[in-house]
Amino acid sequence: MPKTVKKTTTEEFEEALRQTRQENYVLRLYVTGLTPRSSRAIENIRTICEEHLKGRYELEIIDIYQHPNLAQGEQIIAAPTLIKKLPLPLRRLVGDLSNEERVLLGLDLRPKAKTQ
Amino acid sequence: MTETHITQTGIVKVPTGIEGFDEITGGGLPQGRPALVVGGAGSGKTLFAMEFLVRGALAYNEPGVFVAFEETTEELAQNVASLNFDLKGLDAEGRIIIDHLRIERSEIEETGEYDLEGLFIRIGLAIDSIGAKRVVLDTIEALFSGLSNEMILRSELRRLFRWLKDKGVTAIITAEQGNGKFTRHGLEEYVSDAVIFLDHRIENQLSTRRVRVVKYRGSTHGTNEYPFLIGKNGFEVLPITSLGLKHAASTERISTGVARLDTMLGGHGPYRGSTILISGTAGSGKTSLAAHFASAACQRGEKCIYFAFEESESQIIRNMRSIGIDLEPWSKSGLLRFEALRPAQYGLEMHLARMHQMIREFEPQVMVLDPITDLMAIGSQTDVKAMLVRVIDFLKSRQITAFFTSLTSGGAALEQSEIGVSSLIDTWLLVREVEMNGERTRGLYILKSRGMAHSNQIREFLLTDHGVELIDVYLGANGALMGSARLAQEASLAAEDEARRQAVERRGAALEHKRKLIEAQVAALQAELASEETEFQKAIEYEKHSDRRAQQDRSAIARMRQAEELSLSKKG
Repeated sequence: MPKTVKKTTTEEFEEALRQTRQENYVLRLYVTGLTPRSSRAIENIRTICEEHLKGRYELEIIDIYQHPNLAQGEQIIAAPTLIKKLPLPLRRLVGDLSNEERVLLGLDLRPKAKTQ
Repeated sequence: MTETHITQTGIVKVPTGIEGFDEITGGGLPQGRPALVVGGAGSGKTLFAMEFLVRGALAYNEPGVFVAFEETTEELAQNVASLNFDLKGLDAEGRIIIDHLRIERSEIEETGEYDLEGLFIRIGLAIDSIGAKRVVLDTIEALFSGLSNEMILRSELRRLFRWLKDKGVTAIITAEQGNGKFTRHGLEEYVSDAVIFLDHRIENQLSTRRVRVVKYRGSTHGTNEYPFLIGKNGFEVLPITSLGLKHAASTERISTGVARLDTMLGGHGPYRGSTILISGTAGSGKTSLAAHFASAACQRGEKCIYFAFEESESQIIRNMRSIGIDLEPWSKSGLLRFEALRPAQYGLEMHLARMHQMIREFEPQVMVLDPITDLMAIGSQTDVKAMLVRVIDFLKSRQITAFFTSLTSGGAALEQSEIGVSSLIDTWLLVREVEMNGERTRGLYILKSRGMAHSNQIREFLLTDHGVELIDVYLGANGALMGSARLAQEASLAAEDEARRQAVERRGAALEHKRKLIEAQVAALQAELASEETEFQKAIEYEKHSDRRAQQDRSAIARMRQAEELSLSKKG
């Protein structure tokens, strides 16, 4: 009995994962002007998106110097910050996104899923 | 801009508006610099910071920004509403901005290098939108729980505090007290211009709040711990330890309310502003004397505050009425204020703080503390003494005459005041119970009274229906006689007097009698003398008359016998 349950959950998980991979991503990247760190972050997220989310993502880049009110609404403290608005849950990816493994983890695009 | 403040002339200070705090810091917080407020949970950090902002906005027209990392705007507004701070109103008027920053660890994934520019922009926006002069970050340590890269955080915090300085705002950064370190995350390394420590400690199950200025760069400050209260008007720091022995001594004398006692005290009673202690065993009449003192003050039109630790106001009024002292009219007219509470209600510091608060508020000329020995229940002898020193210094600086009572427990030496405060006292009265002939009586004498020639006599202390009376005692073979022994002695002395008086009267009567007798004798003798004199005169008259007759006769005969005239005349 437990064995079948376990099997079922694993299957459900795999199913959910496949669905997730099919979902559209809404991403917002908050940067502070054109600092090297900002540029690096923009470059990194573009690469990752092209590689893992090709065709099903929406990326908006916001300069909080120009839109300080947006920073307040989104509770932006650190910069750069990438916010994954969809799919839920909401995630904040703080930093220049150079640690790809962590970015994928944060975006629920585990390397494990990638290799499968 | 801020750099220009660091000049030889000293730093510019911004008044916080927190009562007492500006006194101990000599003017408030350093202008244009961040100050660190450290304390444990519930020590009042947030409140301190909030009051700094609210007072700034209300009293000094300095708008402020409150960046809350832990509480939401709504929560904060509710928390301080009890102190009559209308945050929403101030927010609507654009005098205070409350900005809640939410940091959710579970939402955050760190993916590389970052900075806290988002925070800077946000604070900057808030400051610029209302032209804020004051900023509070409460508590920035929340960042450490949300972000894990300490290296980045530390360098960013350093930058943040630098940036705040450049902005020219006076800031308060709150921080949690650390274990081993001063603050949990070592913020004191970055905010080092002023560090204020708030403490909330429990001793003998009683809590006391204290504030201490740990560090104040470029300024002198009181280094002691000062108790503070969080009352209905917010923070209140009591700068009580900063008093010195500088009070002026008055030469004015005031009455104790017992005329005879005034006479004993150099004829005019104690000095104004002096401290009077009356010690004695239970039921010796200390409170009654205190009531006299209070009543006399009110009769002079002065205000008196009466701190009672053992009896309630109505109980004191009732009991004192039984000895003919009516305190109620004074209490009703507002000249006399009672503060009756159990000592265990607060800690020593809190009592001290309350006394200060009430004295400042009520401004009495006379104060009664009945009894000081009850404070022993809530503190060690050293603590209580230290507290009384502060009370006495404070009273003297305000020229308030103080009347303390002290209960001497049975068996203890009477001359030893329980708290060892005798050296602080100017006038020390002792009521002693004397047991003699199966009767207890009270004797009062003056142990010391500074600056006056006082009586060394023991007086019998009577509680009559018209108040306290002091009566001379009689010295007998067994010492002073008091009570019924005194009455007996008085009676026997009166009898002796009477007997003496009667004896004198008797002697007077006898003398009178004798005088009358002698006078009678004198009169009789004088009468005898007079009659003899008359007799004698008559004899002389007769003699003269008969002599003349004889001569006439002889001449007639001679004429007849002419011849013998010569011979007869020769013989004759």
